[in-house]
Amino acid sequence: MPSKTHVTALINGEEMEFLCEPRQSLLEVLRETLGLMGAKEGCNNGNCGSCNIILDGVLVNSCLVLAVEIQGRNVTTIEGIATPEGLHPLQQKFIEHAALQCGYCTPGFIVASKALLDQNPDPSEGEVRAWLAGNLCRCTGYDRIVKAVLDAADS
Amino acid sequence: MQSFEYAAPKSAEEVVRLLAGKNGDARILAGGTDLLVQLREGRRSAKLVIDVKNIPELTQVTFDPKSGLRIGAAASCSQICSDSNVSDHYPGLVDAIKLIGGVQIQNRASVGGNLCNASPAADAIPALIVHKAVCQITGPNGTRILPVEEFCVEPGKNAMGSGEFLTSISVPTPKEYFGAGYLRFIPRNEMDIAVVGAGASVALDEGGMKFVSAQIALGAVAPTPLLASDAGAFLSGKEIKREYVKEAARMAQSVAKPITDLRGTAEHRKHLVAVLVERALDRAIERAGGKYAK
Repeated sequence: MPSKTHVTALINGEEMEFLCEPRQSLLEVLRETLGLMGAKEGCNNGNCGSCNIILDGVLVNSCLVLAVEIQGRNVTTIEGIATPEGLHPLQQKFIEHAALQCGYCTPGFIVASKALLDQNPDPSEGEVRAWLAGNLCRCTGYDRIVKAVLDAADS
Repeated sequence: MQSFEYAAPKSAEEVVRLLAGKNGDARILAGGTDLLVQLREGRRSAKLVIDVKNIPELTQVTFDPKSGLRIGAAASCSQICSDSNVSDHYPGLVDAIKLIGGVQIQNRASVGGNLCNASPAADAIPALIVHKAVCQITGPNGTRILPVEEFCVEPGKNAMGSGEFLTSISVPTPKEYFGAGYLRFIPRNEMDIAVVGAGASVALDEGGMKFVSAQIALGAVAPTPLLASDAGAFLSGKEIKREYVKEAARMAQSVAKPITDLRGTAEHRKHLVAVLVERALDRAIERAGGKYAK
């Protein structure tokens, strides 16, 4: 078995260190080594978006990133979205619009939507829908999700 | 996932050395959107994964009006599409590249990887072919050049030897009165694999009334992406007329050898080839500033 690699990265603003095998995905390490259980494993092949994180400002599927790749890099997970003062407007609007049913896909949707609003603070409905095409919700909550994102953008 | 070692070299020379040391058991990692899934599902194996994203020449996108566009093999789709030189000079490439997955995939997946994965349905490949793009392949004997249409040899297999890897893709500078376009058919709006893809490019005369030359390439209708050379050659020297464009689309249809699978029947794919080639040609003609003869 290949030896473990020591990785240091900035995760949700905090410098963290961990040991991982090269074969481990970032998603696996976030959940099983670092105890950050917010990112979810849905498909584990890049289709569902449930494991979305922001890596150096860019939205990615953490199931398709090797943990060894994040040495020295900056990661934001769903756990880093709210502040001690309160929920992020996206989180607040997801609650107000009831933009979730089972909630499994929600961390991915919130992280993806944050990445959208970070680069486009005033998206059209079409832009929101196109951006969220890589996130699947199997409770069919898309309409409320889109409304929540548009409302968060307004606020 | 199976166990492997990981290396993140800083130079192409180091990659060549690492590949030689593993005798075919090493895999190149760019965005990982194909490779990591294939390793996880046991469809490919690796003793060593070589991450090439720390090599500047593999991640850069550069444009020079004389030498054209050079796309580093590991440059991500979103990096390529957001480059103003690419959107200004190569809208036909952007047509195809922006279709590869959603935002998360675009941010990681590379056009080089789309090519190396050698899927018959890869969106970028027909678009690269009609732009006469070439691959720079580096190996133990230095660098060699291969036209994109010769790069894929069967589904999932490319023309590179085990000690070689793709360093970049070069696309010539479009001349005046050149235009290109790519279209695909999928049964939904986003996030799907082409049932059929069609790329076309045209070079027109100065008045925009006649074809000087044309290229047509097809995806998902043969074991590899296909250059429909006769269909393109047919248009050379012809006036821009609907009947000629339709004839070229029919000729492209005749070289398509689709199969029936879960995405569509062979018959449906044949039908789609003619429809998409005509539309791709229309888009190319419009971008080239051409006009249909009355």
